[in-house]
Amino acid sequence: MKYVDDYRDPDLGRRLAAAIAAATRPATRYNFMEFCGGHTHAIARHGLEDLLPDAVRLIHGPGCPVCVLPVGRLDMALSLARDHRVILCTYGDMMRVPGSGGDSLLRARTDGADVRMVYSTLDALAVARDAPDREVVFFAIGFETTTPPTALAIRHAAETELTNFSVFCNHVLTPPAVLHILDGPGAPGADAVPLDGFIGPAHVSTVIGSGAYEPFAEAHRKPVAIAGFEPLDILQAVLMLVRQVNDGRFEVENQYIRAVARDGNRKARALVAEIMTPRETFEWRGLGAIPRSALRPRDGFARWDAERRFDLGDLMGRDHPACDCGAILRGLKEPPDCRLFGAACTPDTPLGACMVSAEGACAAHWSYGRFRHPRHREARRAL
Amino acid sequence: MRSSLGPPLNLASGRVEMAHGAGGRAMAQLIDELFLAAFDNAWLAQGNDQARLTVPPGRLALATDTFVVTPRVFPGGDIGSMAVHGTINDVAMSGARPLYLTAGFVIEDGLPLGDLKATVDSMAAAARAAGVAVVCGDTKVVERGQCDGLYINTTGLGVIEDERLNISGDRARPGDAILLSGTLGDHGMAVMSKRENLTFDTPIVSDSAALHDLVAAMVTAVPDIRVLRDPTRGGLAATLNELARQSRVGMLLTESALPIRPEVRGACELLGLDPLNVANEGKLVAICPPEAAETLLNVMKGHPLGLDSAIIGEAVADPDRFVQMQTALGGRRIVDWLAGQPLPRIC
Repeated sequence: MKYVDDYRDPDLGRRLAAAIAAATRPATRYNFMEFCGGHTHAIARHGLEDLLPDAVRLIHGPGCPVCVLPVGRLDMALSLARDHRVILCTYGDMMRVPGSGGDSLLRARTDGADVRMVYSTLDALAVARDAPDREVVFFAIGFETTTPPTALAIRHAAETELTNFSVFCNHVLTPPAVLHILDGPGAPGADAVPLDGFIGPAHVSTVIGSGAYEPFAEAHRKPVAIAGFEPLDILQAVLMLVRQVNDGRFEVENQYIRAVARDGNRKARALVAEIMTPRETFEWRGLGAIPRSALRPRDGFARWDAERRFDLGDLMGRDHPACDCGAILRGLKEPPDCRLFGAACTPDTPLGACMVSAEGACAAHWSYGRFRHPRHREARRAL
Repeated sequence: MRSSLGPPLNLASGRVEMAHGAGGRAMAQLIDELFLAAFDNAWLAQGNDQARLTVPPGRLALATDTFVVTPRVFPGGDIGSMAVHGTINDVAMSGARPLYLTAGFVIEDGLPLGDLKATVDSMAAAARAAGVAVVCGDTKVVERGQCDGLYINTTGLGVIEDERLNISGDRARPGDAILLSGTLGDHGMAVMSKRENLTFDTPIVSDSAALHDLVAAMVTAVPDIRVLRDPTRGGLAATLNELARQSRVGMLLTESALPIRPEVRGACELLGLDPLNVANEGKLVAICPPEAAETLLNVMKGHPLGLDSAIIGEAVADPDRFVQMQTALGGRRIVDWLAGQPLPRIC
């Protein structure tokens, strides 16, 4: 597989790992957060932590849009799905995610709701065209990567006066979340793990560009290395960050130059700006409310905004009180530190944000890495 | 005989109707002209409600499976050939020689008779090629909406003639070698590529095949094979986790040894699926003592259905029964059961 195998070459991987080990300094710790769930998944799936020296620790950040969507928003989608007028279209990612009381879109479908899995917003538009007597709602989620296709669908619906189509918009923004982790309420204090650098998202950065990270790298004196999703990409980014820490630099370096430009994708950003506007605040599962961290359709497109078209109320789902996701997402705790991990909370029965999607920190750790933690083994034996 | 049942079935444009399952003349006609014509053997020709069988000496192996697949026709096979191959394979994974099959059909009112005939002909061809007779059967017609076109159940009976064979999922021991008979994920990705809503063009073809002939060659050469299993639903990952639990061992795989076609890997990357979780219909996993592994591998590679066989790992002592894998890059990870059903990821 061209462009994939090249970035999984075992020999190059070993050489990069050796270079990282050689670059680390004896008394220095290197705590790097990979923001993006795609990276979390790749790190676990390829066993990359085994290749890194003990001094380097990877902290799995909140960059999985499925994970950070609060239960209340999912409950709103479920209430839409159970409205008999509605056909709810969404990506496969959302089908299993549990709402309040363990309800999910798959379960709603079993109960007779018309929930359809689509592969693009164009499919959802086609469903709306084919069913003019039904209300077709596209349940939109994702970071900056999946936002432009949603914006395009709204623009297309407006241009073609497709009045039975609307979007339940849950698109969220990366930079505000990174800033929130660094200086929001509950940010790492004296007892917290200091973050020494960030591995920047791959696909998100193709849209927002490497320049989007420059202000906070400078203000917070944190190095950033934007990386692709393949194992060699990630290892090379770690090496870049180790060298930045050693040199006392805090620059935005771009490892993923084959896809990311400094300006990102201007056309896509212009499209999103034309159709959408930031919400004053938005609730993130595990992190709480973050100002201007999500988007909604502009007032001119209110007809295609499901939140204004339907009376969804403000459903307030709550997470399990023992869930440690917030601390895990900040790097204060590791998945096995949570009392629920592997006991009540598993990928088959997810309770917390980090277990919900395969890209969440807890799901990745459970599915790929749980042999690493003897503590978990002892706990299981004791049960 | 035909005159008493009226004009022949209209296979070009006719449809299955409720009457075809109601026990009257229409049902008799459907059985005569479609099922008996296709399967054509002495047991069915007797027209009894049961088949009387003579079986050679040895232990009997019995397996049943019900087949539900959308779409019913996919590159490399259809629900008919799959219903034959799947049950033959379940019987053969004991080391048995499959002898007979039964077939039960649940048909939705309105299914084109031509579609039914194509499926039954495909079953008959697959059974004939495998040297196994379909000796009794049943049809039911259900109202529209109560099933999705056509479901098929097959039951297979086979005989284990070699007394030395003791093949069972609980017999893997630490140190045993784990072998796989070929590439992973071909069936699942072939079906997925043809599913509605998913229009990507790939030359991926299902591996659906009857494996009893390969098994016969394997058990002849290495009678002390401990475990055989075909990694169907849930893929290799589910099968190995089942076996690890049954045998109370762990397993350690080598990622670089896993045979996977580039086009299957590409399609899996695109959809966010792991080829280890994707279904196969013509592959088997064999576990044998380490000293027999090379012999077994050579026998497998010498068979047309085992050309891409490989030793993919070993059983290890592990109280947690983890199936682990050495990644190509030198890391380690768990190979877990799939959580829920495999759903493509977009974001």
